[in-house]
Amino acid sequence: MLENYFPILLFLIVGFLVGVVPMLCGWLLAPNRPDSEKLSPYECGFEAFEDARMKFDVRYYLVAILFILFDLEIAFLFPWAIVLDEIGLFGFIAMMTFLGILVVGFIYEWMKGALEWD
Amino acid sequence: MENIQQQFVELFGTEWGSMLFSLATNMTFIFAIVVPLLLGVAYLTFAERKIIAYMQIRVGPNRVTFFGIPWLRGWGQPIADAVKAIMKEIVIPTGANKFLFILAPVLTIMPALAAWAVIPFSPELILADINAGLLYILAMTSMGIYGIIIAGWASNSKYAFLGAMRSAAQVVSYELAMGFALVCVLMMSQSLNLGDIVNGQQGNSFLNWYLIPLFPMFLVYLISGVAETNRAPFDVAEGESEIVAGFHVDYSGMAFTVFFLAEYSNMILVATLTSIMFLGGWLPPVDIAPFTLIPGIIWLLLKIAFILFFFLWFRATFPRYRYDQIMRLGWKIFIPITLVWIVLLGSIMQLPESIRNTFPLNIWF
Repeated sequence: MLENYFPILLFLIVGFLVGVVPMLCGWLLAPNRPDSEKLSPYECGFEAFEDARMKFDVRYYLVAILFILFDLEIAFLFPWAIVLDEIGLFGFIAMMTFLGILVVGFIYEWMKGALEWD
Repeated sequence: MENIQQQFVELFGTEWGSMLFSLATNMTFIFAIVVPLLLGVAYLTFAERKIIAYMQIRVGPNRVTFFGIPWLRGWGQPIADAVKAIMKEIVIPTGANKFLFILAPVLTIMPALAAWAVIPFSPELILADINAGLLYILAMTSMGIYGIIIAGWASNSKYAFLGAMRSAAQVVSYELAMGFALVCVLMMSQSLNLGDIVNGQQGNSFLNWYLIPLFPMFLVYLISGVAETNRAPFDVAEGESEIVAGFHVDYSGMAFTVFFLAEYSNMILVATLTSIMFLGGWLPPVDIAPFTLIPGIIWLLLKIAFILFFFLWFRATFPRYRYDQIMRLGWKIFIPITLVWIVLLGSIMQLPESIRNTFPLNIWF
């Protein structure tokens, strides 16, 4: 079973090389004449006026947290979906209870306005 | 095959011979996937420009010839673009974190390509026939987000940073809808193995494909796939007029091209997964003589091309969504729809055997 994963490892290495080799080629073949203006960050022609590692909107953080929650939910749904025929009505009702609890959470965050972007 | 293995064993001894043989066969197979894939990406850009051009009643690229053959005018365009890109300077901005700046494109292309390891092209043409195929693909597509975030952060530019934040939040949101849609497919197929998913759709005609019972999920998956690859109409991250090119503003030359390759190979990957999970993969639309004679891989490629055409069509048709509309569509429309469909599908599967054996439920359950 595990030897089926060997080609995947090889494929990851090939994928890495497909990323690195063209950049190496570009670095070798292309001109390299940097100057201070060329290396300045792009800000539509103006001088950069403040650090780029700035504050950002807290809603991105909220989206990330909600993503973790729902991704966990998907992680629980996957094995359930695969054996649904075997676990029958009991398994179905158990998962519906779990989904119901999460849906309550979902409705709460919806009503709280966590999903609003203005 | 046996003969070659024998020769390897004779050349390198029993242990090394068989190991090197498996290495060689795997590498051949990998190159047989990666090289056509990269060519496909190159010609997808060409197809995109051509098709959108025809939709806008103009001709598109038609100057660069291929080996000087007159009726292949335009076909040299992607090759010329690649050569041009390789001769361009790679600019690394002063404030950038050099290591992460170079690492980010590699991090996007590596999973985008590696996800192809588990794609079955026909019943026997598959590189790694693992049982957790779908889970592996989900993991690989999630890895691409690291590339986006690292690229945006390492550039040390406000536009890149904001673009990365937007792209990452969007990709992450649509991945949820995508995951829920996949759960529905799994409920039908009872397996994570992509080959088994296609086999579960076998039958007399296209009516057996999961497209019919899971039609809303098909739409959710396709639209989420468009959003996930940051394609129009969900391409706010690279909205030219406000935030230039999103997370890869400061990339140039080959470093930019690698991002581009990753984006387009992700597009082909989404199209492939859609055709495998909803359009019956390598299965012919009708199970009678002229259709069954065509090899399965041709059917799969036709379906992929069909879905890719939709991607290009969307771009030529729809205006760009606003960011709040994108997030609303992902969270408030797609996730509830998929949840309802999971409950509905589960309830149908709990119906007594006698009802499930009546038409039309007996086609799928």
